[in-house]
Formats: sequence, C-alpha cells, structure tokens
Amino acid sequence: MKVRQVSVFLENKSGRLYEVCKCLAEAEVNIRALAIAETADYGVLRLIVNDPDRAVRVLTEENFTVSETEVIAVEVPDRPGGLAGVLAPLYEANVNIEYLYCFVEKSGESAIVVFRVEQIDRAIQALQGSGFTVMREEDVYRI
Amino acid sequence: MEYFNPVEVLDRERLEELQLQRLRETVDRLYEKVPFYRKKLDEVGYSPGDIRNLSDLKKLPFTTKDDLRDHYPFGLFAVPMRDIVRIHASSGTTGKPTVVGYTANDIKVWADLVARTIVAAGGTPDDIVHVAYGYGLFTGGLGLHYGAEMLGATALPMSGGNTKRQIRLMVDFGSTILCCTPSYALNIAEVMKEMGVTRDMIKLKAGILGAEPWTDEMRVQIEETLGISAHDIYGLSEVVGPGVSIECGEKNGLHVFEDCFIPEIIDPDTGESLPPGERGELVFTNINKEGLALLRYRTRDISALDVSPCPCGRTHVRMRRITGRTDDMLIIRGVNVFPSQVEAVLMQIPGLSPHYQLVVDRVENLDVLEVQVEVSPEVFSDEIKKLEELERRIADEVQSYLGVSVKVRLMEPRSIQRSEGKAVRVIDRRKM
Repeated sequence: MKVRQVSVFLENKSGRLYEVCKCLAEAEVNIRALAIAETADYGVLRLIVNDPDRAVRVLTEENFTVSETEVIAVEVPDRPGGLAGVLAPLYEANVNIEYLYCFVEKSGESAIVVFRVEQIDRAIQALQGSGFTVMREEDVYRI
Repeated sequence: MEYFNPVEVLDRERLEELQLQRLRETVDRLYEKVPFYRKKLDEVGYSPGDIRNLSDLKKLPFTTKDDLRDHYPFGLFAVPMRDIVRIHASSGTTGKPTVVGYTANDIKVWADLVARTIVAAGGTPDDIVHVAYGYGLFTGGLGLHYGAEMLGATALPMSGGNTKRQIRLMVDFGSTILCCTPSYALNIAEVMKEMGVTRDMIKLKAGILGAEPWTDEMRVQIEETLGISAHDIYGLSEVVGPGVSIECGEKNGLHVFEDCFIPEIIDPDTGESLPPGERGELVFTNINKEGLALLRYRTRDISALDVSPCPCGRTHVRMRRITGRTDDMLIIRGVNVFPSQVEAVLMQIPGLSPHYQLVVDRVENLDVLEVQVEVSPEVFSDEIKKLEELERRIADEVQSYLGVSVKVRLMEPRSIQRSEGKAVRVIDRRKM
C-alpha cells in the first residue's frame, strides 16, 4: 500500500536536473512520475521509479543528497471532480496533506494521485473505506 | 615517552633565568647586526645591556609583517648569507612574500621543537608519521618531516593532494600519525568513506593538525571519523614554522616552548600588554634563533595565555587555541565576526557538514553575510517546509551567537570546494 518515493536535493543551477536524469538513464532506471518543489536557492526533486533501490544507490554514488519517503498512490477516475472526490475522505478523516502530484495512466481512463501525508495509515484506511483503490507498491512501479 | 626534551619540564625559576639570558643575548646581537633593529632600538633609547629582567621586554618595539616586507628578501637576517642553510617563505598572496632564513643550528633547534610536538601528541620513535602538509617554501611539510626524523620515527613525505593515494598508502604502510590541516583531515575522512576504507583498515592513532583556526566541535568530528586523538599544533614561518606550540594529552591549551620564544598578548588596537586569561593579539619574541630573530613579532592571531599548571607536567605556558586572526576578522555591519565562530555554531547542529563558506557582499550599502552550508543526508527532507525550518534554525543560532543576521544557503554535498591545505572560509565581494 505504501510506495517508496525517492527525493533528491538540487541546487538551482543549470544542468543539475539533467545530471540526475542522465545518471538514472545510465542505470536503466525508469521514471514513473516526478514533481519538483522549489525555492529561490534550491529544489527538491520527487521521483517514483521502477526500481527505487537502484535509483538511491546510483544517485548516492554520484554524491547527490537522496532520501526515501513513503507516499501513497491512489487511482481516481479521470473526469471533472475526480481529485475533489478523493480529497473528501481525507478531509473528513482529518488527514493533513503535505503535498501531492498527479499523473495520468497510459490507458487514459484513470489518473493516479500521489499523496504525502502526515498520518499515512489513517489515510489509507479512510480512502479504502470510501471505496478508492490504494495501489500496491509493485503495481505502481510497473505502470 | 612523556616528553622529548627535559627543558619542557624545567622548573619556572630556571626556565625564566634561561629566557632572560637568551633574551639579553638576542637583543644585543640584533642591535649590533641588524641596522633595522639598531634604528628601532635607538628610537626607544635602548642601549646594549639594558635588558635586566624579563619585563624589560615590554619596552622594546614591535615587529610587523610589513617590516619583513619592507626589507624583502633578506634585509632582517642577522647572519651573513653563507651561514644560512635554508630559506622558507610565505605564499605572498596578500603582498610580497615574507622570507625567513635558518642557520644549521636553527634547523636543529626547529627539528627538536617539532619532535617535542610529536611526543606531546603521543608519538614515539616507533611511529610512522604521515606528513600531508605541503612541502616546499611552506614550512609545514619540511618542519614536521625533520621533527619526525629527529624523534627517530619514520617520516612519510606525502605532501598535500592526491587524496586517494594518501589513503591507499595510509592503509598499506600503516601510518600512525597524520599531519595536515584540520580541514584536509576531514577531506581525507570523506574520501575514505567514498573508497570504502573503514577506520579499522587504518592504523592512525593521532593527528597533528594546524595551520588554520578550528574549533573543538571540529575536533570531535575528526576524532570520531578517523578514530584518532587530534592535537592542535601552532606555528608560523616568521617565528620558526610548526612547533611553536602544541596541545598535550590534556588538550587544554597549547604549550608554548618558552625556552625558544617568549609569548605575549596585547590589545591589537593600543599595543598594551594584557594579563593572562585575556584575549588579544599574540606576540612572539625569538630568543633562540640565529638566522632571523624577531623582537615582539605581531602574529595577527587572536589567543590568550594560561599560566595555570598543566597536569601533564610541562611547565611551559599554554596559549588558547587561535579563535581567529585580526586580519580574517570580518566586520559585518559593525560587528566583529570570525569564521571560527560560525563554525562553532554549525557544528553544534547535528548532521551538518563542517564544510562551509561565508560570502560577504554589500547590497544597497548594507553588508550581507551569506552562510553556505552543505545538506547532508541526515538533515535532508523531501519537504521544503522542513528544509526552510533548518535554514531558519541555522540563521537564528548564528544570529544569537554573533549578533548579526545572516542568510543561510543550503548547498549540495561537495559543492563547497575541499582544501588540501588551508581552507578558504571567506569570500568577500565587498568593493572597498
């Protein structure tokens, strides 16, 4: 139920994102989803990849600062109101969302929302209780 | 071995007799042999024989780095060039290099002083002394080298740089004592980790680390990562080179070898002598040097003297570790800031790397101090909120310690340049 997200610290200077992606490419790690949060001086790159262990290893070897975080990935219908629908049970369960990012599944019928929340188990319970599919780790890596 | 030379434990009374005799001889010799000193001493009304007790030293004029530069290269030497067997010089990055000359006896005395420092750091003739200070005109490399040989230990003349090779030979040869700058010791520890070399693969037991100011916090980190006892060594080429003073096992100040140098602390602004315990500029008078002996040389280093007895048995006075230099002191919006103060704050926050840099700039007529700190995996979070909290915490602690507000900039690991000699801590972009 919990998906491992790889986060990388990046200074705001040209070429750093390319360096990360090149490093992952050479290790044949496939990126499933990514989001960047930034400030004036630096950014945090958040990645869902097919092989988190390998990604962490190769990035650490290249001297990047890397951490792993547990997130949840939820399938939602790809139509107006899809995201609002999935937020409702979290709001009702009083789960605070740190951040989220979305991507659309290849088939185009549903979207996947990646959540970073403070109370991960309570979030999973609330989502499942409302009939949402919290994706299994291996399914996310395989998308 | 507890000490190298019995003079280290000579009782104070006899030590001071020795000092007085040597001071008298030195001043009178300089009066006779060095026109610069004759002129300066004449100006204060000195006549040969006027030194009657040690406190008469305070009546003598100071010598500054500018005096050495004005007499570049050999103008202050007190012996003819044929008696000089070695020349050392500073890099000259801030002007003309300062040039120093040694007679054969000076070299012997210097080696004896350095041998004392190695023993004070726990060294014996059985040790392999890994000298990773630069060789050449800089006094660090050759200074430690001849000291190790004088002790009868094995000198390994590595010089600086080529860190992976340093580590390979450290493992293969079983180096037991590492001599380099503290920042290079940390650099070595980092590269060891990258190479997969662990503490139990090396035989290091002690470090003789100096040539730049560092803090107790940095000592803890060096001792933990390398598994050694880290000793601060002090010296400067104008006075002799490394071996002016060293921390013994008590690590409570550095014993100044007073049979060769008389230390004083003065107020850097007024030149007034300050009593033991008070911080000020460190001043040295050579009393056992032939080639180039300096009277009351102003080092620009900030320290204090501790005259309380040391449990190690050495009777020589201790100087506190250097907290900064009068010339690397930054004045930020009127407040005096030393890089070592920022270091002390950073090292108290768990997980922060000891690699940092201060960038000073002037924006709209206001000084801005940016503290650049590397983000280690221990403090990195995927949440911007937490990273901002970290920045705020560093800024708050630096501000409450120094009294100036700073901007903190988080940097990628290894993005701050590693030094193989003295670390560059300050980039001053103010145009003045």
